[in-house]
Amino acid sequence: MLKTSLYQEEAPPSPLQQTWLEFSKSHAAFFGLLCMCFFVLVISFGPLITPYSPLEQNTDALLVPPAWTASGGIDYMLGTDALGRDIMSRVVYGTRVTLGISLFLVIVSMIIGILIGAFAGMMRGLQSSILNHLLDSLMAIPTLLIAIIIVAILGPGLINSMWAITLALVPQFIHYTRDAVRSELRKPYAVAAKLDGASKAHMFRSTIFPNIIEMLVVRGTQALSTAILDISALGFLNLGVQAPGTELGAMLSEGLDISYIAPWSIAAPGGAIFLMILSINLVGDGLRSALHNRFLH
Amino acid sequence: MTPVLAVKQLYYKRKTVRGWRQAAVDQFVVGPINFEINAGETLAVIGDNGSGKSTIANLLVGVENPTSGSILLNGQKIQYNNLKQRSLNIRMIFQQARESLNPTVPVGKILEEPLKLNTDLTAQERHERIRETLQQVGLLSDHAHFYRHMLSDGQSQRVALARALILNPQVIVADEPFAALDPSVRSQMVNLLMQLQKKLGLSYIFISHNLGIVRHISDRVLVVNNGRIVESGKAEVIYNNPKTDYTKRLINAFNTLIDNRVF
Repeated sequence: MLKTSLYQEEAPPSPLQQTWLEFSKSHAAFFGLLCMCFFVLVISFGPLITPYSPLEQNTDALLVPPAWTASGGIDYMLGTDALGRDIMSRVVYGTRVTLGISLFLVIVSMIIGILIGAFAGMMRGLQSSILNHLLDSLMAIPTLLIAIIIVAILGPGLINSMWAITLALVPQFIHYTRDAVRSELRKPYAVAAKLDGASKAHMFRSTIFPNIIEMLVVRGTQALSTAILDISALGFLNLGVQAPGTELGAMLSEGLDISYIAPWSIAAPGGAIFLMILSINLVGDGLRSALHNRFLH
Repeated sequence: MTPVLAVKQLYYKRKTVRGWRQAAVDQFVVGPINFEINAGETLAVIGDNGSGKSTIANLLVGVENPTSGSILLNGQKIQYNNLKQRSLNIRMIFQQARESLNPTVPVGKILEEPLKLNTDLTAQERHERIRETLQQVGLLSDHAHFYRHMLSDGQSQRVALARALILNPQVIVADEPFAALDPSVRSQMVNLLMQLQKKLGLSYIFISHNLGIVRHISDRVLVVNNGRIVESGKAEVIYNNPKTDYTKRLINAFNTLIDNRVF
């Protein structure tokens, strides 16, 4: 067999491949993507690698420092907290809750927001306005405040804070989608598609959606970092995940009381939140500039 | 012989709403437009910017619906909401060829779209037709895999022409198709259009500023000013013996550019 092909069997790169080529040129964005992959691996296979259950208390090992200090031990890689729970296991489970729920919320609100936004964008006149401004009043209120209102009515809990965050994200996606659809409809290729005899539904599927989906994914990464911060903030304020549940924001607030004698108990969850937000923002930023640059050459 | 396309008393009024309590006011009026075009003929529409040339093109292909009047295709009245009937017979080439191609879809898919929507061809027949049409406009069948950013201006104009041709239409409406092309590519395109007209018996409605090209390719000319037809007739007659002041000024401006002939 010949090792090299005599013929140039390269297909011209599709827009998706162009985006990837442009994206992988940026080292920062690529680093962000690697971090994100790491976190996704952690939330999918975390339970297989954690040595302890996140709730298992060992009264013989309270406030053990991390393994690399003189008094630390390899049994507890990142040390233990005031109840003798392994911090590494707790961080892994906390990441599952924080990142997993944020991902879920962003995907759900993207689906709802894009659907309503697409209808609003393809329609005209009053119908379009009503759909577009359906949930606008919710945008005026910060997520935390909505959450506090919901909590005041229904009582604290993870589900209620999830509702609050979804309600805050959906109207943003409606607006992004509707504006994008509107600007696409004005372009000559949308007019050309109309002259080809395409119905509105067909036009949205085959002409408009491929052109706006990547922009919406960029918006999705921004929404993801907002969602993570909100979930952690609500956890920190004790409005989100309740006591035995493990969540990074709740871990931070528990560790705050003993932060002087056991700084590792807030360093670990804080570091995890920081890395997640950093990697997501790097990916979002890289993706945005990749989308901007991909057709330049 | 019935003309391929006949336009009778076509009016288009664009209403502008001033405030929500004031009545809508007619702002931009085109019409009455009357003309006929036979198979294999080229009709050119010339006039100033904002005179309503492009609006006439948009009315013919269905981007906008006329306020009143009728468009007859082979003696049959066109229904305004029936885009399928229209897209099988009247096709448009846009001013900005590149902008009229979807950037995220390869050329082959762009050309397949009208076939999927308007014909019952199988996938294989569609690919065959796409290959033929690309060759007809002087491209290779490999260009079906290209995206618009890989094409030059001339190539995108050819793809736009292929999209217009692929449904075997009778009339092609071209709105300033050569405005963005350099002179050599422009003359290639002009020759290609004329060749195709001879081969396929197409009728062109050709909207242009470039009076030189209009004189070269058109059989008849409509002169439009402020939305009204001020003069129409055979191209040579209009160029050599313009009747109205407006046409005289247009033709004079053109002639001073080439040989300082003034009427």
